[in-house]
Amino acid sequence: MTVTQRYRWLWKPLVFVAALTPALLMLAGAFGIAGRRLGADPVEALLLTCGKTALNLLCLTLTVTPLSKLARLPQLLRLRRMLGLFAFFYVLLHFTVYLVLDRGLDGAMIVADVAKRPYITLGFVALLLLLPLAATSTQRMMRRLGRRWQSLHRLVYPIAILAVWHYYWQVKRDVTEPLIYAGIVALLLGWRLWHRRRRTPVTSTYGSATAPERT
Amino acid sequence: MGAAALGAVGVAGTAAGKAMPEATALAKLRAPRNARFVADETQTSFEDITSYNNFYEFGTGKADPQRNAQALRTRPWSVTIGGEAGVTGRYTLEDILKPHALEERVYRMRCVERWSMVIPWVGFPLADLLRRFQPTSKAKYVAFTTLHDPRQMPGQRAGWLEWPYVEGLRIDEAMHPLTLLAVGLYGRVLPNQNGAPLRLVVPWKYGFKGIKSIVAIHFTERQPPTSWNLAAPDEYGFYANVNPAVDHPRWSQASERRIGASLFSATRPTLPFNGYAADVAGLYRSMDLRRWF
Repeated sequence: MTVTQRYRWLWKPLVFVAALTPALLMLAGAFGIAGRRLGADPVEALLLTCGKTALNLLCLTLTVTPLSKLARLPQLLRLRRMLGLFAFFYVLLHFTVYLVLDRGLDGAMIVADVAKRPYITLGFVALLLLLPLAATSTQRMMRRLGRRWQSLHRLVYPIAILAVWHYYWQVKRDVTEPLIYAGIVALLLGWRLWHRRRRTPVTSTYGSATAPERT
Repeated sequence: MGAAALGAVGVAGTAAGKAMPEATALAKLRAPRNARFVADETQTSFEDITSYNNFYEFGTGKADPQRNAQALRTRPWSVTIGGEAGVTGRYTLEDILKPHALEERVYRMRCVERWSMVIPWVGFPLADLLRRFQPTSKAKYVAFTTLHDPRQMPGQRAGWLEWPYVEGLRIDEAMHPLTLLAVGLYGRVLPNQNGAPLRLVVPWKYGFKGIKSIVAIHFTERQPPTSWNLAAPDEYGFYANVNPAVDHPRWSQASERRIGASLFSATRPTLPFNGYAADVAGLYRSMDLRRWF
């Protein structure tokens, strides 16, 4: 098998199934399939699972470039788009659970939340910033936008910071987990800064900031 | 069987409670239901009430208290009564409970985190206990303290809150007929994760006012410090009355999620004073509830 074949028929399907698994488990929990339950506060469980899965996938997306460089595995970049889109998928699920199940589509309350609750404002801004990235994730848009595509997709850095901040601010007292995420994001973004300082642009070797489909 | 027997049967309860805290492992308590204090709503299941807890002495996760509280020794247990009262001293739990007839009351409980339950408590009015110790005219407040024992309470080795946990009520709140000292739920001895052997229940206030595993009750002239207020004074007030019109700085308190309800009907509006306004609104008649949150 060539590298391209291996990625198309093995690695990509594997990553796809792995990234979809949390959603399938939540679905099973919501409908009591295979004895699974979402626990005493199912809405909270869904919010937390969607949010943390989105954050995990966002961190993984940001790990691809450093890892491909450090491990000298440029082909890893082929997985990055899928990871990023799955992060977006879980953010949308997270937002939908909040709108429909938690706030019962109460428009006035949702507007007040977004305007008045700093942590909700942060999460909402992160979601808005993700929209253009998801919309321009196709091969065609990459070609059409050219160099501007890369600048646009650097938005993922502030998005990651907003996402961790959003988590940190809504925790009641025990901030251990948000701080762990903050450390991971700091490491991933710090590596990029350090790399740039060494005057080797992070993305130059392998082209643009999203995995090219074919190389 | 009243409170007098609780001391004896409770021993069996805690011994058996070392295994999984299934309802059957806890000793039964006979307590007639007091019809005047029964919320006419679907009761939250025993499983949810005993597996979804905030009891930071045993960890900050909702499942931590059930997992980590089983080794807590609730016998022997003593409670110190002190401060502005005619009778003070250290009493065994049996002495504390002996004169009181237990009753069952079904109360709503609203957590400051926006979830709620309906719980059939077994207990007796706090007022009946307080009167025995003859509070003086200087007793304007009542202060409560939780056990401080990091060997038994692993959460106390972390600095999430200042330990021991402390809470307080104004004397008129403490003497109100709704205010309950609970020793059980669902007709059985209180599981450790729910605050055994003795906990406070103030149904019109946010759940964190319901201090657990009480070892001291003091009558004071000044408003006593309270744990969540010390930790974040702009977020948690001394009064902490359930109020849909006064938001937590970080989230709205206008609605709540009922634990155990279906995924699509969990969210419901929060009621002023958690639905007990007719009984308690008079306590706060001249107060600005936005200021005294």
